[in-house]
Amino acid sequence: MDKFTTHTGVGVPLRRSNVDTDQIIPAVYLKRVTRTGFEDGLFAAWRDDPDFILNNPVYAPGSVLVAGPDFGTGSSREHAVWALQNYGFKAVISPRFGDIFRGNCGKAGLVAAQVDEKVVQRLWTVLEDQPGASVTVDLESRSVRAGEGENAVEDSFDIDDYTRWRLLEGLDDIGVTLGHESDIAAYEGRRPSFKPVTQHA
Amino acid sequence: MGRTLSEKVWDDHVVRANAGEPDLLFVDLHLIHEVTSPQAFDGLRLAGRQVRRPDLTLATEDHNVPTLDWDKPIADPVSRTQVETLRKNAEEFGVRLHPLGDLDQGIVHVVGPQLGLTQPGMTIVCGDSHTSTHGAFGAIAFGIGTSEVEHVLATQTLPQAKPKTMAVTVNGSLPDGVTAKDLVLNLIAHTGTGGGQGYIVEYRGAAIEELSMEGRMTICNMSIEWGAKAGLIAPDQTTFDYIEGRPEAPKGADWDAAVAYWSSLRTDDDAEFDREIVLDASEMTPFVTWGTNPGQGVPLGASVPSPQDFEEESDKVACEKALAYMGLEAGTPMREVAVDTVFVGSCTNGRIEDLRLAAEVIRGRQVAESTRLLVVPGSVRVRLQAEEEGLDVIFKEAGAEWRGAGCSMCLGMNPDTLSPGERSASTSNRNFEGRQGKGGRTHLVSIPVAAATAVRGTLSSPADLD
Ligand code: SF4
Repeated sequence: MDKFTTHTGVGVPLRRSNVDTDQIIPAVYLKRVTRTGFEDGLFAAWRDDPDFILNNPVYAPGSVLVAGPDFGTGSSREHAVWALQNYGFKAVISPRFGDIFRGNCGKAGLVAAQVDEKVVQRLWTVLEDQPGASVTVDLESRSVRAGEGENAVEDSFDIDDYTRWRLLEGLDDIGVTLGHESDIAAYEGRRPSFKPVTQHA
Repeated sequence: MGRTLSEKVWDDHVVRANAGEPDLLFVDLHLIHEVTSPQAFDGLRLAGRQVRRPDLTLATEDHNVPTLDWDKPIADPVSRTQVETLRKNAEEFGVRLHPLGDLDQGIVHVVGPQLGLTQPGMTIVCGDSHTSTHGAFGAIAFGIGTSEVEHVLATQTLPQAKPKTMAVTVNGSLPDGVTAKDLVLNLIAHTGTGGGQGYIVEYRGAAIEELSMEGRMTICNMSIEWGAKAGLIAPDQTTFDYIEGRPEAPKGADWDAAVAYWSSLRTDDDAEFDREIVLDASEMTPFVTWGTNPGQGVPLGASVPSPQDFEEESDKVACEKALAYMGLEAGTPMREVAVDTVFVGSCTNGRIEDLRLAAEVIRGRQVAESTRLLVVPGSVRVRLQAEEEGLDVIFKEAGAEWRGAGCSMCLGMNPDTLSPGERSASTSNRNFEGRQGKGGRTHLVSIPVAAATAVRGTLSSPADLD
């Protein structure tokens, strides 16, 4: 996984709450066996709508998505994270994320920055008043910044310490766990024998 | 101070705890299916890693398989490749697989309990958010993403931050004709879709204890629909009776040791939950959704709400958007909403008890002319059991379609989908926009409501048929 310290890019105001992972990418797009190419399914139901925000050329090169509360609820499909990444997003900002989605972001290297709902409102205002404006997501200082002058937004965001550390270091989670192999083996040694197995010797 | 049930199960699985880090939890059972696993196996190959515990891993094919012509090669080449990829991966890494055509194929959350692999006090994960179903047995069970699937394959563990605890106490008894599905839809309408976020929920109280294992699975299944990390129910005699004698249930001395352990899995009297919700089952009625998330529901006897009924601005906007998508007028009685397709199935309501209940309502009646009824058993064993009991004949004589096992129209990944604008009454768990097909409109309902709706052609309960 690549290290992430800070990113500045075009902000996309997505004025919707409860964007579940079926809306981020519908099931019919989940048939591929790769981690790439899912950008075609991103927000598929909305992409035919000329008024949809990503169909506006100013927002099309966006890399920071600013969404309403409960973004990424529902299905566990990590394809939702890949679709956002494949499209070019590096970070998503929302007042509240679906649990599994947020976990998937942390594993796949997409920053899920949780902010106060008021901050999202202010970011939306900046990004709509100045289409194409940039948003900075700084993982080191856990802060988001956008706009200039009176409307400028600068605020902190929440992300758990462990995920932040792994993203900053670009660490492979499995590698970290395998460093504790002896603990795993010790646990296996004391597991009760009545626990079920799927294969019998 | 005492501990809650979920704390006991959690503590029993901590491989390693270190301040400032998530706990490293051991995973007792890892369930796998074709859609969320291919990239995980690729990751293993790329890093030259093995599956650490193939003996704690089980794969089946469910999300992307056809329910018609399932004995022929899959027609869609992309779907076929995905299913074949699972077969190759299972073979290469030594994972037990129940493929299409096998007696134990079916929806992963139906197959685990049916084999007796789902037992109290376990940790169970799967790349599917409805893994919470297995919590009905007193297990900590939750959905994970593909990177985590790879992590479990490689290490049989997962780093997890300990969630807070919540109790949902449901007092009283459910009235006749009101099911576990109505109960959970009621609960979600009460809490909202984010109400459970950050919690492991224990469902308790008289109404929960009175439920069969099937009903308990329906409740735990939908924990994710109100944002909970997992949901579970203390194991009791009902649980033990369900497990005993199943193919992978403990036998002999192991059974006795297991039951002794399982019996200790109860929340201590002096344990404290971080939050508690109390509901009264005796006041509940059949419940249906009108909107585009599972929290947007009302009693079947009520009418479609209006944006004005909501206080919060965001709820007004959400209501307006949902009504536009659903093609509904505020104030329309729910009972007058005409339905094109009724879907009976999924890991929420696709077990044998569900099919029996549906058949009981359908028996001797006809599916309405303007409506189609699709009955999709949750697993091959459920299908065969239903056929042995003649349920398939009841459905077919009423004009319903009797299908092969799988997820089918729950997520519309195979050819079983709604067309744009088509309206369904569905016993599944999600009414999201486009969930059952692009532009499709979904009302979540219980089994009796689904069956009665198929007969009358509008949202109905069996009481409306007399
Ligand atoms: S039936 Fe539906 S909810 Fe259940 S596992 Fe299949 S797709 Fe997921």
